[in-house]
Amino acid sequence: MEKSTLFLLILLGSTIAYMRTTWRARTLAETSGRKLHSLPGFYGYYTALWCALPGLLLLLLWLLGEGSLLTAGALARLPESFLDGAAPEKIQLLVNDIKSIAQGSFEGQIDPAIQMAADRFSELTQWSRILLTVLSITASLSGLLFAQTRINPDFRARNHVETVVRVVLIGCALTAIFTTVGIVLSVLIESLRFFNMVPITDFLFGLKWSPQIAMRADQAGSSGAFGVIPLLLGTLLISTVALVVAVPIGLLSAIYLSEYATPNFRAIAKPLIEILAGIPTVVYGFFAALVVAPFLRNMGAEIGLEISSESALAAGLVMGIMIIPFVSSLSDDFINAVPQSLRDGAYALGATQSETIRQVVIPAALPGIVGGILLAASRAIGETMIVVMAAGLSANLTLNPLAAVTTVTTQIVTLLVGDQEFDSPKTLAAFALGLILFILTLCLNILALRIVRKYREQYE
Amino acid sequence: MSDSSHQPLSRGHTHDIVMAGLAKRRSAEKRFRLFGLASIVAGLIFLLVLFVSIIGNGYSAFTYANVALDITFDQAVIDPEGHRNPGTLAAADYDTLWKASLEKLFPDVTGRQQKRALNAFMGFSADKRLKDMVIGDPSLIGTTKTVWLPVDDTIDMLIKGKLGKEEELNERHLLDQAWIKTLQDQNRIRSSFNREFFTNGDSREPEAAGIWGAVTGSALTLLITIGLSLPIGIAAAIYLEEFAPRNRWTDLIEVNINNLAAVPSIVFGLLGLAVFINFFGLPRSSPLVGGLVLTLMTLPVIIIAARSALKSVPPSVREAALGIGASPVQMVFDHVLPLAVPGIMTGAIIGTARALGESAPLLMIGMVAFIVDIPKTFTSAATVLPVQIYLWADSPERAFNERTSAAIMVLLAFLMIMNGFAVYVRRRYERRW
Repeated sequence: MEKSTLFLLILLGSTIAYMRTTWRARTLAETSGRKLHSLPGFYGYYTALWCALPGLLLLLLWLLGEGSLLTAGALARLPESFLDGAAPEKIQLLVNDIKSIAQGSFEGQIDPAIQMAADRFSELTQWSRILLTVLSITASLSGLLFAQTRINPDFRARNHVETVVRVVLIGCALTAIFTTVGIVLSVLIESLRFFNMVPITDFLFGLKWSPQIAMRADQAGSSGAFGVIPLLLGTLLISTVALVVAVPIGLLSAIYLSEYATPNFRAIAKPLIEILAGIPTVVYGFFAALVVAPFLRNMGAEIGLEISSESALAAGLVMGIMIIPFVSSLSDDFINAVPQSLRDGAYALGATQSETIRQVVIPAALPGIVGGILLAASRAIGETMIVVMAAGLSANLTLNPLAAVTTVTTQIVTLLVGDQEFDSPKTLAAFALGLILFILTLCLNILALRIVRKYREQYE
Repeated sequence: MSDSSHQPLSRGHTHDIVMAGLAKRRSAEKRFRLFGLASIVAGLIFLLVLFVSIIGNGYSAFTYANVALDITFDQAVIDPEGHRNPGTLAAADYDTLWKASLEKLFPDVTGRQQKRALNAFMGFSADKRLKDMVIGDPSLIGTTKTVWLPVDDTIDMLIKGKLGKEEELNERHLLDQAWIKTLQDQNRIRSSFNREFFTNGDSREPEAAGIWGAVTGSALTLLITIGLSLPIGIAAAIYLEEFAPRNRWTDLIEVNINNLAAVPSIVFGLLGLAVFINFFGLPRSSPLVGGLVLTLMTLPVIIIAARSALKSVPPSVREAALGIGASPVQMVFDHVLPLAVPGIMTGAIIGTARALGESAPLLMIGMVAFIVDIPKTFTSAATVLPVQIYLWADSPERAFNERTSAAIMVLLAFLMIMNGFAVYVRRRYERRW
């Protein structure tokens, strides 16, 4: 049976088990004349859980482990000569061939040895399917039968069900931790493999980035250059441009919206500005490449400036537009949180509204605003699509915003899109870059969240 | 103040100082206010320019130029043996039919160069359109009929005037232009709704390229994302808000969630590549992996939204439920959760909308492949709408440019509907306590 059919069957079975047991518990209460410990429904849930969980667990186990076991079994049938010293991607290709032959979708000449492996593969697949069907149905049925034997008026079904519910809830809450651990481990392990090939000092302090050379292992200079400094500088340059655009505009609009604007104006302008945050970044990327970059280049040509069509300015400008709402809505929150009494005090001393804002409100809200700006900066550093589409690929060590630079995220995408070879420094470098990116944004976020949290408590 | 004893301030003196500075301060006030307004206007202008340029560039992709050709369904070409065998009908060379018809319209076209240009006049799908007609109704064979057929994408661009002004065109374009003029004078060109754009998968030929494959891929991916992130997110929020003791562990989880919400999306892509594809061996480019990655990305958003929705349910509801003998679990699931549903829904819709627009992590897990087929299952190779936009934006053909904008319009329309729905849910169902 197919796994999806099996899944539905198990769900169907446990639904039936739920309804039947609920009904049974109800009649049990009526016929025996005794009060049940729990509501009849809980007996139903209890049985349904015992019916569904064992089968689903087996199914999950199969989903995770079946693939690798099957290919291992099929590869074991191949003569040694096929596998000895073959690169992992060669084996991957072989496995793909075997799979497509087994499915009958392979076109072209078939090597008899591979045909044999493919036959083995389909045979194993067949067996695995039968085994899974038998095992999971048996497991579900025995769970069901076991649960049925325990149904009696004294049985504390609710407590059992609630324990399971609590465990499930805790498990779900732990996904956040698992995700973080997953990120750290996956990025770290591949990065360590990378640092085995390229010394970490070369990576952190190198001034040259040209991973493409490493593709051709037989050529001179095959080690490539993996210095991250130009990438960090490029990222910094573009993010700075973005912040130079976003901070004044975002902050001033937040001030206007919270201090000057009439409620009606605010009700219209604020959501409109926030639309900017909801637009997918790929759209901004296209906008930057299609409209902004050519516009800037033509402008530059008019006044005799040479602006690269992949300039940091274009990407940074558009990224700045994107993060305006981050700056403005967070600043807005914090400006609103400043107690009215501070403003009133300033007015009483004769300050004008703008003087009050500049000398009282903003200083009071400053930590929150700084936190917001840091969050926006972290967003800008991690932003990918805009820079992939609008910034360049060549790693120039420059601080000139009119020139083309590349960023950490752009390079991750360039290194990983297309062929991936998990034994070449070229692919692994992407994970090292990911590690840098993760650490950088994590520090910014922790700092920002700490500032924000500390400040939030001040006036509450 | 200490110096007040040296310069005794009279009331008039202070008044003078204030008055002297007042004009300057008032204009500073005005200036400041103007700056504020100007920055809001700047933000709105950015928004406007963005929308106008996308729509102005893309609206024309929704129509496509068709030419009326008098097609003779020649038995000798389609089915020389006359068996009406479906296999023969499907394999016939339908290009010949429209080429013959075009040659009849332009009898004075001679020379290899010009002939070749004329043979490239009709589109990639003209062939398919004729084939479908004949297979659907074999009795057409042997008759002559006027059929509207799609032109080549370059011709379409020329008709829409997207290749620039007269002087920028090359010789070939000018030749095409002359033919177009002739056909237009005969009323043989009309633009019709570009159905292919909505029903086809990706293609190397712009006129056959559509978004349906990407939309299906997005739908499959989002199904996984919603199906996983909603229950897990709500469960996590319930635990943290209702059951968790305040200790170091729950603090750790909280800090984690807040940090995950701010981790760059591309890092989630790296996670997906290393864990789901390399470690678990799930199929690359599949909506399954894409959905899993987006689930992890959306979870923090949903957890945070669900927590604040749960928090806004007043404690009296909880106390009342516990007071009449509900267990804590019953209290949460029967009383608190139903009241928090509108708030959770709003957060979930916004999180899903964000997942729909996300593309960077999906590039990492291979959803950038060129995929013609419409994905059918969660494990077949697929792409999603934003990635399709990215792919088309990279294509050099002019016709892909307007299609990119059109696909963006579709994506933005979806996002607007989702966000509008979220606003509606909030307005309609959210209760203020």
